[in-house]
Amino acid sequence: MLSDKKELSGITLIILFGVLSPILFPNYRIQLSELWIFMVFASTWNIQGGKMGYNSFGNIIFFGLGMYLCASTQIAYAFDLAEWTAAGGVKTFVHTASQYFIGLPLGLIIAGLVPALIAGFLGSLILGLRGHYFAICTLGIGIAAGEFATSVSIWGGGQGMTVPVWPKVDGQDLDFLGGGMNFFYTLSFLLFVSTFFTLRWLFSTRFGLILTAIRDNEDKAEAMGIPTMRYKVTGWVFSAFFMGIAGGIYGNINGYIEPTEVAFAGATFGVYMVLMTILGGKGTLWGPIIGALVFQVFKEFFWTFFLGWQLVALGFLIIVIVVFFPEGIMGWLRQKKPAWFGEVVDSKARLAQVKINTND
Amino acid sequence: MNKIQKLILVLLSSITLLFSSVSTSFAKVEGDTITLGSAISLTGKYATNGEHTQRGYDLGVKIINDAGGVKVGGKKYKLAVKYYDDESNSAKAAALAQRLIEQDGIQYMLGPYGSGLTIAIAPVTEKFGVPMVEANGASRALFTKGYKYLFAVLNSADQYLNSAVDLMATKKKGATVALAFEQDSFSLDVKLGVMDRIKAHGMKVVIDDALPKELNDMTATLQKVKALKPDLLVVSGHSKGAMTAIKQMTDLKVDVSMLAMTHCDAAAINKNLGGGGEYAICAAQWHKSLSYEDEFFGSGKDYAKLFESIYKYDPPYQAAESSAALLVFKSAFEKANSFDKDKVRDALAKTDMKTFYGGIKFNKSGQNTSKPMVLFQVQDGKNAVVAPVKWAEAKLIYPIPKWADRK
Amino acid sequence: MILLQAPFLNLQALLDGVMVGSIFALVAYGMALVWGVMNIINVAQGEYVILGGYITFGIYKLGVSPIYGMPFSFLFLFILGYILYRLIVFRVVDKDMFISILATFGISIMIQQFMNMFFGSQVETALTGLGTIFFFDGNITIALVKVFSFVISILGAIAVIYFMRVSKLGRAIRATAQNPRAARILGVDTEKVYAYTYAINAGLCGLAGSLVAMTYTLHPYIGLPYTVRSFMIVIIAGLGNIPGVLVSGLGLGAIEEFSAYLIGSEFRIGVIFSLLVIILVYRSKKLAKKREYLK
Repeated sequence: MLSDKKELSGITLIILFGVLSPILFPNYRIQLSELWIFMVFASTWNIQGGKMGYNSFGNIIFFGLGMYLCASTQIAYAFDLAEWTAAGGVKTFVHTASQYFIGLPLGLIIAGLVPALIAGFLGSLILGLRGHYFAICTLGIGIAAGEFATSVSIWGGGQGMTVPVWPKVDGQDLDFLGGGMNFFYTLSFLLFVSTFFTLRWLFSTRFGLILTAIRDNEDKAEAMGIPTMRYKVTGWVFSAFFMGIAGGIYGNINGYIEPTEVAFAGATFGVYMVLMTILGGKGTLWGPIIGALVFQVFKEFFWTFFLGWQLVALGFLIIVIVVFFPEGIMGWLRQKKPAWFGEVVDSKARLAQVKINTND
Repeated sequence: MNKIQKLILVLLSSITLLFSSVSTSFAKVEGDTITLGSAISLTGKYATNGEHTQRGYDLGVKIINDAGGVKVGGKKYKLAVKYYDDESNSAKAAALAQRLIEQDGIQYMLGPYGSGLTIAIAPVTEKFGVPMVEANGASRALFTKGYKYLFAVLNSADQYLNSAVDLMATKKKGATVALAFEQDSFSLDVKLGVMDRIKAHGMKVVIDDALPKELNDMTATLQKVKALKPDLLVVSGHSKGAMTAIKQMTDLKVDVSMLAMTHCDAAAINKNLGGGGEYAICAAQWHKSLSYEDEFFGSGKDYAKLFESIYKYDPPYQAAESSAALLVFKSAFEKANSFDKDKVRDALAKTDMKTFYGGIKFNKSGQNTSKPMVLFQVQDGKNAVVAPVKWAEAKLIYPIPKWADRK
Repeated sequence: MILLQAPFLNLQALLDGVMVGSIFALVAYGMALVWGVMNIINVAQGEYVILGGYITFGIYKLGVSPIYGMPFSFLFLFILGYILYRLIVFRVVDKDMFISILATFGISIMIQQFMNMFFGSQVETALTGLGTIFFFDGNITIALVKVFSFVISILGAIAVIYFMRVSKLGRAIRATAQNPRAARILGVDTEKVYAYTYAINAGLCGLAGSLVAMTYTLHPYIGLPYTVRSFMIVIIAGLGNIPGVLVSGLGLGAIEEFSAYLIGSEFRIGVIFSLLVIILVYRSKKLAKKREYLK
């Protein structure tokens, strides 16, 4: 969509920012990690909401599931999971470095694969629903997942679950890549980069075209013989995979998993992912990225400077985005600067279209 | 540079500016002020008690500053607290703790409201080696992870209603019990303590209901209580649970011999429910009629008077224990005679003081072992302490008169 | 299992459930109205309810019986709904429904914060002094305040339905719901219709909130369950099926109550949502056989 030159410079800037920011802003590594995770949120949601026209409120379930699965694997690899979470986490266990560094990648892999499989199964059931019904159904699943997680005692139930801590050697944090914070920052950045390039590739193939076709007119697409269900489900599987891994990483950053507020956080993250994509411009590749960036900046700004009023400010921002920028920043940019998008506008021809000559 | 590069550059530079401008404006000690940090629930489901907690902190700061402040290295310093709103959300609480420590340079933390949020923040303060004195997180899990930088002035959750169960055992052998607990860390910990005592006394649990977080209606549980007629009903669901329980028990005229709950005074059931709260037994960390004293606040009654004069209501124990946390910090700063967080931490570990709130002495896990939980019963619209007997100002009314016999 | 041991509990659960459900049904009716006429899902529904509750609570605090708070709650929310429509909602009416969901979500967040600031964050309730009645030798206990809520909810719903049938505005609303363009051509001021529909919905929520204040408890942040349940009731009933909405509301209340006995209260919401998902999937599969889909 964006012309190649612009895109290349955009990519370069992002990579520079990603590599340099933890060095330049070491106090903000958490927010920055969150930023990359938010970009993954928005980019994957975009597959359904933007490209395909299926507004999903349920993508958060893959995030939450990935979070729990990753942490569970990390724990279960070395200890007994039920004991870890029993009675609100009364017992303490400590991982050794080798246990940690085998458990973690294992956990992330499972965090990616299992949600993907579930998306495949669930998707075949509910992706037959259209429009609002799909949205509501996914909303229902999102809420139900959170509630059910509250009653799964092996995951700590309502009391939540603490995630294994970064291993210590002789009482000091293990200095691998500069410690836990750098490590997980790097993971989130790498996750985002791989998500971005995967999606960039995906959208440039026929797959991307078919998704757009489904959004524009699903019946016609089906009439043309496209097995739309297959493509819809595959799209969801991709989202689920990246969301699951994002969940695993985020759980480790946060240190503590709570079923409805951290893992299946529909009311916060679930809504944010939609907002960010719309803010940036849904349906485009770069829209979610810009949207996530702007959103995260605003969010941090509000929480620092508008204490007590931050949610009012957020509500107001949402209304402003939704009412005045429904096409998002990318959409607005496209109107103002079509040249950036490689579109050539013949202004004379355009005006001619608009003016209706009434000198009959 | 072409336009889109410019746009992104502008965006990135404004972010940079934003981040840098906010960074080190709140170092731990600036001029003559020591700044503590706290993530507090100003909005969200814990907002009520978050407010009580914040007011308690503020009152503690005020009293200490008015009395001259904290003396370190021969100089007097004032205390101040930097607050963020965690919105009663664990993810937010943890993120805000990181922010306070990393970006605002806070070196000493005051705890949030509630076990769930304290559990979320503790790994953070521990990771950065920032001592935290918390006054409102009672969950047992906080004290079993080997945290070195966590100090709790309150009793742990599993001790809340134990004495109520013990009281029941003295009144009737083999009593039957109905349990209604919300599914959050705190309530589940209370349940653990209660279950321990139930087993020890050989009582029988006939109803064991979990209340959902979005609780607004416990009719089903109460109907079961009416059908099965247990002797003791135990409810733990924060203020909303306490209020809903009393209101619906009044509406349905549910009779039990003893009703034990948590968070009754935060819900002000003695006042707001038209007498429906009478005879309920409540767990409390503190009560103003207890005869503890200290040189800052005087007695419990003095504290309550001071609190009421400023905030226009009787302080619940959440406020009192929060004020006590500041007293603990003051004593630690002066004992360590330093601002180094590890020295302060060590001084905290050695705390052994008496306050209007009770004795405060931390064991190795950071728990306060110097103060017992109290129980009070709502009698005639007032909260009267009935246990432990040593401190009791009134006798327990047992059994609760049936609704048909109440005036 | 207790429902078998004490059989009268089944009747009790049914009655309790229906009474609980009546308030949700009222809110769901308002939701169905706005959805059907303007194609907007009002995520701020629950907040309107709670705000209505606070208005009644305010009246109660002045020493007046909260029952007299009902008209005030209705009126206040009616006016507020009208204002919010004219300020914000009208901008998203003709856009994607999804946009309206987000816009009303923004409104809901703002209202929550204002309620927290204005009314404080402690849990509140209003006492009516209505008593209790017993049936079958004390085996069935009914709180009169719940009966009162039930009656008011049903009356409120009937009143609105009647209004829709009989009044000019009501007919205009129905016409607009059927076909906005045709209505406009025939001279109906659709913007006015939309504003009043939204206001009526808000008013209904306010009334429901008044009942909530008397029957249950209030807190600035417990609006969401009302939004969610009214949502689901409308979906289960099927859009446009007004009597269905009321019946579904009552039915949902009953199912919730029974599941509290059978599986435990902590699963209530999970059960309802799973039910919703199952119904939707089942319906769509049935239609898919005919190569159609849910609209």
